Amino acid sequence: MPDMTVNLAGIALKNPVVVASGTFGFGREYSRFYDLGELGGICAKGLTLHPHTGNPAPRIAETPMGILNSVGLENPGVDAFIAEELPFLRQFDTKVIANISGNTPEEYGVMCEKLSAAGVDLIEVNISCPNVKAGGLAYGTRPELAAEVTEEAKKHAGDVPVMVKLSPNVTDITEIARAAEGAGADALSLINTMRGMRVDVNTRRPVLKMNTGGLSGPAVLPVAVRMVWEVAQAVSLPILGMGGVAKGEDAAQLMLAGACAVAVGTALFADPFAPLHVRDGLKEIAACQGLEAVSELTGGIRPW
Amino acid sequence: MKVERKCRIVEKTQMGDAIYMVLAVGDMVRTSGVRPGQFVHIKCGDANLLRRPISICQWAGSGDGDTLTVVFEVRGEGTAWLARRPVGHTVDVLGPLGNGFEAEGGPYLLVGGGIGVPPMLGCAGTSGGTSTAILGFRSKEKAILLDQFASDCADCLVATDDGSLGYHGFVDALVRQELEKEHHYQGVLACGPKPMLKSVAKVAAEFGVPCQISMEERMGCGVGACLVCAAPMKDGTVKHVCKDGPVFDAREVDWDA
Repeated sequence: MPDMTVNLAGIALKNPVVVASGTFGFGREYSRFYDLGELGGICAKGLTLHPHTGNPAPRIAETPMGILNSVGLENPGVDAFIAEELPFLRQFDTKVIANISGNTPEEYGVMCEKLSAAGVDLIEVNISCPNVKAGGLAYGTRPELAAEVTEEAKKHAGDVPVMVKLSPNVTDITEIARAAEGAGADALSLINTMRGMRVDVNTRRPVLKMNTGGLSGPAVLPVAVRMVWEVAQAVSLPILGMGGVAKGEDAAQLMLAGACAVAVGTALFADPFAPLHVRDGLKEIAACQGLEAVSELTGGIRPW
Repeated sequence: MKVERKCRIVEKTQMGDAIYMVLAVGDMVRTSGVRPGQFVHIKCGDANLLRRPISICQWAGSGDGDTLTVVFEVRGEGTAWLARRPVGHTVDVLGPLGNGFEAEGGPYLLVGGGIGVPPMLGCAGTSGGTSTAILGFRSKEKAILLDQFASDCADCLVATDDGSLGYHGFVDALVRQELEKEHHYQGVLACGPKPMLKSVAKVAAEFGVPCQISMEERMGCGVGACLVCAAPMKDGTVKHVCKDGPVFDAREVDWDA
């Protein structure tokens, strides 16, 4: 049987399958289905410095092989996470990845300091949120803004590695990836959701109350594979690949394109056991190909 | 622990615009217990990524295998897929999920509107036949489950929007009429469209009668992890219909949100 352990920015994961931020809450709900120690890691629900109630409903719309969401970072704030949720997650033999969003670089810094002191395994920096100071421009869409946030996070994260989560809503994702690498990021995760919209033709209203939302699910998998492949060639950082992973083969595609590990998100909504099925499918693929370790898949693509 | 189960469709009947479907659910009822107002999250084919939350109408637990009855309307591709499944086929069911009604003892005033009527039948059962049902429909043709409510309740009143059956008007007028009488109702329990719930909650509050309402919102995971089914509360917090609800104390809800 192939060795399933992988290394992500110096963190040893027991298997390459983690769950994506925003799809798994803080683990409590799915812990009723299986031992969370089965997972390689858990990206917790995105945190902000202060509590957020999120956007008005409807916050979800189904689309061809995908979903749109506009939850809007509903979360109890970083302090409540540290006090109430982190001790719960720490009971399980799995890596805990905190995901953070800020309105200013300083907010990212403060959150990193708190999370580093509290002891998480990895900090995932969401740069898809708007920069209040830069007039609401998303950090993830400008290399210089992405670099500024990455630098600030690194400065305050102590020994905890920093992984920057890239948005696909850009012309050239490698530009942002290079900027994050240059600013000291330890890893990259991609892709976040793609902006989309669905309209109810009878009411002529968008289904989402926020009009637009983020697309995820199998529909985005090919975009994720392409972007992981491009980024893997542009930087030498480890990559957590995500976007529409629902089975072992999807995960293997992302790994071959260059990812060290993969995250499962939207697939959870149809099947709470999806991450375990992806892990088992990945193991089977590695075994069938006679690999000694699943990590041999990473970057193993043979492009034409 | 809540698990996914492959459940066989053992009965399916067209009931007005609704589909009445009985599922064989193994030992789900005996192991998980079911409360009226809870729902099951049903996978509706591979083309629809999201499960569809459907309220439980009735349930039975026995050594021969438990059954759940659901009554639903075709609203889109998912429910259309489910409605086409023939008897004998299996569907993937997650549940029972959510917090249901507190409906023991009684009597209660059970108020249902449209496709919000079926879950109230479960409340009729748990309150031991002592409750009074007030059921609202658009018209006589849309009325469902009247015989079942008549046999499981002390009394059953019907209102239609067009006056083609029973009272001509909305259910809140009948709720008012019942509460104006000398009564022993322990509470008003309601399920239906939000404007109906709001007006029923208002009448119950006027008479100082506790009121529980079942809310509807578009859902994702169904278990409380994805946070899409937000319901704003009066205290400024946000709760989630799938996990904290679908049944809430009417006083908690921000009706103006």
